Amino acid sequence: MAVGSTTNLGGASPAGPGLLPAVDAPASRARLRLPRSPKVLIGLGSLIVFLVLAVIGPWIAPYNPSRTFSTTISFPQPPSAAHLLGTTQQQQDVLSQLLAGGRSTVLVAFVAGLVATVLSVVIGVTAGYAAGLGDDLLSMLANFFLVMPALPLLIVIFGFLPQSQGSDDLLIGVIIALTGWAWGARVLRAQTLSLRSRDYVESARIIGERGWRIIGFEILPNLIPILASSFLFTVLYGVGTYTALAFLGLVNPNHLSWGGMLFYAQVAGAEQSGYWWLFIPPGLAVALLGTSLALLNFGIDEFINPRLRAAGLSRRRTRRAGVARAERLPRRFVLGVTPVVGYTPVAGAAVPGGSSALDVVSDGSPR
Amino acid sequence: MSAEAGRSGHLTGQPLLEVSGLCVDYGAGPGTVHAVVGADLVLHHGEVLGVAGESGSGKSTLAYAITRLLRAPGMIIGGSVAYHPEPGSTVDLLAADEGALRVLRWSQISVVLQSAMNALNPVMSIGTQLTDVLHAHNPSMSKAERRARAASLLDMVRISDDRLGSHPHELSGGMRQRVMIAMALALEPQVVIMDEPTTALDVVTQREILEELMDLRERLGFAVLFITHDLSLLIEIADSITVMYAGRLVERAAAAALFRAPRHPYSLGLLRSFPALHGPRQRLTGIPGSPPDLRQLPGGCVFHPRCPYVMARCRTDAPPLLRPAGAGDRELTGGRSAACWLQDGSSAVPPELAKPAPGGVSPAATSAVATPVARSQS
Repeated sequence: MAVGSTTNLGGASPAGPGLLPAVDAPASRARLRLPRSPKVLIGLGSLIVFLVLAVIGPWIAPYNPSRTFSTTISFPQPPSAAHLLGTTQQQQDVLSQLLAGGRSTVLVAFVAGLVATVLSVVIGVTAGYAAGLGDDLLSMLANFFLVMPALPLLIVIFGFLPQSQGSDDLLIGVIIALTGWAWGARVLRAQTLSLRSRDYVESARIIGERGWRIIGFEILPNLIPILASSFLFTVLYGVGTYTALAFLGLVNPNHLSWGGMLFYAQVAGAEQSGYWWLFIPPGLAVALLGTSLALLNFGIDEFINPRLRAAGLSRRRTRRAGVARAERLPRRFVLGVTPVVGYTPVAGAAVPGGSSALDVVSDGSPR
Repeated sequence: MSAEAGRSGHLTGQPLLEVSGLCVDYGAGPGTVHAVVGADLVLHHGEVLGVAGESGSGKSTLAYAITRLLRAPGMIIGGSVAYHPEPGSTVDLLAADEGALRVLRWSQISVVLQSAMNALNPVMSIGTQLTDVLHAHNPSMSKAERRARAASLLDMVRISDDRLGSHPHELSGGMRQRVMIAMALALEPQVVIMDEPTTALDVVTQREILEELMDLRERLGFAVLFITHDLSLLIEIADSITVMYAGRLVERAAAAALFRAPRHPYSLGLLRSFPALHGPRQRLTGIPGSPPDLRQLPGGCVFHPRCPYVMARCRTDAPPLLRPAGAGDRELTGGRSAACWLQDGSSAVPPELAKPAPGGVSPAATSAVATPVARSQS
């Protein structure tokens, strides 16, 4: 029963009796209805590309990314046939660095997202469910981490890290997670507060279910959409923070990452000297990874809130289903203005146009 | 009233809302639900028009479609809805855009929803919510005037005006429902659409509220489209009743005529589903079976699988909404019609479907006659 209301977090009831997701045939309704909007497809597709590259990137890199091709040339070489994205100041292949550097960036970001999400669930849901003093203390902890400026704190922490550990992706991810869980915890606490007073949770408590079971089976399934978007948000935060830290040179510079590449581009004065192949490829990679996560998040939004989907009544799908005059359907459903696909104009009727004069519909075609 | 009004018998008012051939679909393509098919309704000035039917028969869908309040994936695929704010002028509600609808809503046509008790904002006092409406539609009103008007609105639904400062959780369910009715009437609309407004209340409160409502209707002269599954309630309060089944109108009659002399087997079944308080004892038979799946309707008459009087013709041909063959002249004045092959005059009608209709004008209808007069005097 808990899972059934997952898509209905707003608390709004379905529109009325007999409302069915009618565009899909009954047979396909059992399937999980993931949104198939272009946004989600592009986001999911490019995220998968990035994940695959993170795994196989170091193997398909044309050269060893740390190999120095020349000791005589002292400035970066522009793209050529041998080096498709040119070379760095140390005469290393940029393409190889880009392919190999993705692994660290993606790994740190996902470790950060995972750890932060676990932390936010443990702290947020416990705070929301416990109420009272426990809630106050945990909320205070979350607020404390929220108001603390993350980047300066990270700079201080990384300053204390010994150089040998500065290249440990897992450790970096956990440290970033420590500064990124508080937002998710606040959101989850708020939603848990709202869920814990719902009738089905109260009835579970009255019939004597244990606290952990209520949290695990009654409350958590309802938090999954929020959890998913909170996870993606923290991964996005992890990408940005890790890149920023590496760019500032706080992570061991010999540890290959996109942020580290930007650090070396900065050291080489790439912007002033016009060595665009040093900063555009890693910068673009970070931006695209972030974009794919954001697009996927939009998809989860639509999944959480079915109202954003117009219940499958898009013009394209309706036209494909063979409805005449599907172009009359609005692009997005507006509450309170039911679409009129076909109708008979009333003879001699006036349509009051907003505030002023009455327009007489004479030719039978509305508006 | 005009000669035309006199001819139309007990329905004396001018037509206020005319719905013809309205068709509503949920979704498109193979899984489409045809929730309302070819609905015709006429609501006159000062009339209480009841719409009755089982759950899922399309009553609420019909009301929401008329007001263009249906949610996705609902859409109107045919028919027309004409609203006459005053005799001679016509507004095509299906052609109206968002702005035009906003002008009409609440000030001309207001709706009391099924879950009206939850429609109040829990963090604002009811006085604020009432004056908010007045402020939005009539900014020239002073604060004191708005306050006085809100107090008189509450007084109208018999809530003392010291409740203006109360928040919704401080009121009982019945009081909240009354506040909603007061809000719906705040701008003196011509049409009030009530979608099961008393379903969540106990019968005593229900009766109180309905009596107040009928009282208000006589004083203010608005027309009511009253939607409920409770046919016994409609017989008490409505002037005329429309019975719906599977998205179709199956019978239309004056309230007393429907009660005394139903012409459609479905109406008869509904009437036999609740006990009469007096009169001879009758066995409560109800209606066998359950309402059909709107995606896979039976062919012919949609009611034939559950109909005790089913004939061969019912399985193949859908009966149109026609005036019953045996109906007398007086009976026809209520817009009497039924969608049943039994009533087309070609076959013998079972006696329970051919009872004589009560003559004369029902008491509820006389009040409708008096309404315009009472209004002009006030």
